[in-house]
Amino acid sequence: MTGIAMRLIIDRERCVGAGLCVLSAPELFDQSDADGRVVVRASTDADDPAVHEAGRLCPSGALRIAGP
Amino acid sequence: MAFPVPRTCPFDLPAGYAALRTERPVSRVRLPDGQLAWLVTRYEDVRRLATDPRISADRGHPNSPYTELVTAQGRAAIAAVGRSLIGLDPPEHGPRRRMLMPEFTVRRVNGLRPHIQRVVDESIAALLAGPRPAELVTALALPVTSTVICELLGVPYADRDFFLDRAAVQVRRDVPPERRRQAGGELRAYLDRLVTGKERDGGDDLLSRLAARRNAEFDHDQLVGLAMLLLIAGFESTASMIVLGVVVLLEHGGAAAVPKDPAALGLAVEELLRYLSIVDTMPRVATADIEVGGVTIPAGDGVLLSFASANHDADTFDDPAGLRLGRGSRQHVAFGYGAHQCLGQNLARAELEIVFRSLFTRVPGLRLAVPLADLPFKRDASVYGLDRLPVTW
Ligand code: SF4
Repeated sequence: MTGIAMRLIIDRERCVGAGLCVLSAPELFDQSDADGRVVVRASTDADDPAVHEAGRLCPSGALRIAGP
Repeated sequence: MAFPVPRTCPFDLPAGYAALRTERPVSRVRLPDGQLAWLVTRYEDVRRLATDPRISADRGHPNSPYTELVTAQGRAAIAAVGRSLIGLDPPEHGPRRRMLMPEFTVRRVNGLRPHIQRVVDESIAALLAGPRPAELVTALALPVTSTVICELLGVPYADRDFFLDRAAVQVRRDVPPERRRQAGGELRAYLDRLVTGKERDGGDDLLSRLAARRNAEFDHDQLVGLAMLLLIAGFESTASMIVLGVVVLLEHGGAAAVPKDPAALGLAVEELLRYLSIVDTMPRVATADIEVGGVTIPAGDGVLLSFASANHDADTFDDPAGLRLGRGSRQHVAFGYGAHQCLGQNLARAELEIVFRSLFTRVPGLRLAVPLADLPFKRDASVYGLDRLPVTW
C-alpha cells in the first residue's frame, strides 16, 4: 500500500464496545471508561496494517478505512 | 434437512456443513418443532447478514428459529430473557448495550486479571491436593467461571450450588421442557430477591450499578432478566471452552503446545475459539426480502446464522479443519458478529488464557484419565461441551 490518502473513519455512534480494535492495536485504540466506546489514542495512519486489521475485525462498522 | 445435526467427530463440525457451504450456502432446514428456517453457512454471508438492518434478533417473533424443542411457555420465557438484551433490535438495543459496555472494556477486564489468576490458582491448588483421577468440570471450569461472574455481578458465592444447578438444567436439551421451566422460574425468583436487595442497599458491583440507573424503560423486571442472562452467559460457555480446550491441547502435545509468550497465547486462544466454535447458530428473523447466497429469503422467515460453519469456511481460513495454534488470526466469529457480538468476550479471553497457562504450568504431566472416545461430549447441546472431564497427572 502506498500513498497517504487512506483515511480512517470512526463512527462512535455505531460502536458496540467489543474492543477488537484495542486487541489488535492497543497503542492506537482504547475504550472510554464512561461508555465503553472506541477512543483513538494517537493519530492513526490508515496505511498501518494494524489499523486495517482493526477495520476488518470491527463487528459494527464503526471503524472504516476509506480509499483514496 | 433436519436441524440441528449432532457432531460425530468430537472436534469437527457436524457432517455436511462443508458440502452446504459449497453447494447450498443458504439452505432450508426443518427444526425440532417442525418449523422451517434458513441456515446460512458461509463466512461472508454470515457476517453480512449479522450486520444487515433487515435482520431482527427478536426471539419473541413467531418464526424465531429455536433449535431445541420448546413449549409455548418456554418460548415466552426465552423471549422475555431476550427482551433484556440479546433479542432487542434498534432503537432499543443500543442504549441497553451501552449501559453495560463500560463494564466489559479491554482495560476493565485486564484490571480483573490478577483476581482471575487468584481464583484459578486456588482451584488448581485444591485440584492438586485432592484425589486422582480428578474431574475438571467441577474442579476447575465451573468454580473459576462462576466465581468470576458472581463477583462481577455481586451474586453471593455461597449461593453458587443453587444457581449452578438451576442454570445447568436450563440450558440442557435432554431435560424435559417442564423441568427446564421450573429451574428457570426458581433462578428468576432468586435473582428477583437479589436485585430487590441491591435496589434498596446498593453496593460496588455491576448489578448494583445497574439498579441505580433504573428508569421507565429499564425497570426491575428488565434488570432481573438481564441479571439472568449475564449470569448464565457468564459461565456456561466459558466453562465449556475451558474443558474442551484442555482436551484439544492435550491431544496436541499438552504443556508443550501452550505458548509461553502472552501475545502468542492470546492468539492460540483465538484459534481454539475458532476451531471449537462451541455456539453453532444464532436465531434471527428476516424483516424484508433479502437476497443472499443465490436465494431470496422472504420477509418473516426464520434465519439461523451458523457462526461455527463460518469459522470453518475454506474461503476465509486455510485448512479450516486443522488446529493451528500459531494461525495468528482473530477474524473468527466464535463470539458472533454485528451489534450483538458477545459483550463478555474479553472476559472470556482473559479467563481462558489464565486457565490454560496456569494449568499446564502447574500440572505439566496432565493427561486424560479415560480414552478420548469415552469422554461424554454434549453432542446435541446448544452450547457444545463436556459433562465430565476425568484427568490425572
Ligand atoms: S472493534 Fe469496533 S465496535 Fe469494537 S470497540 Fe472497536 S470500534 Fe467499537
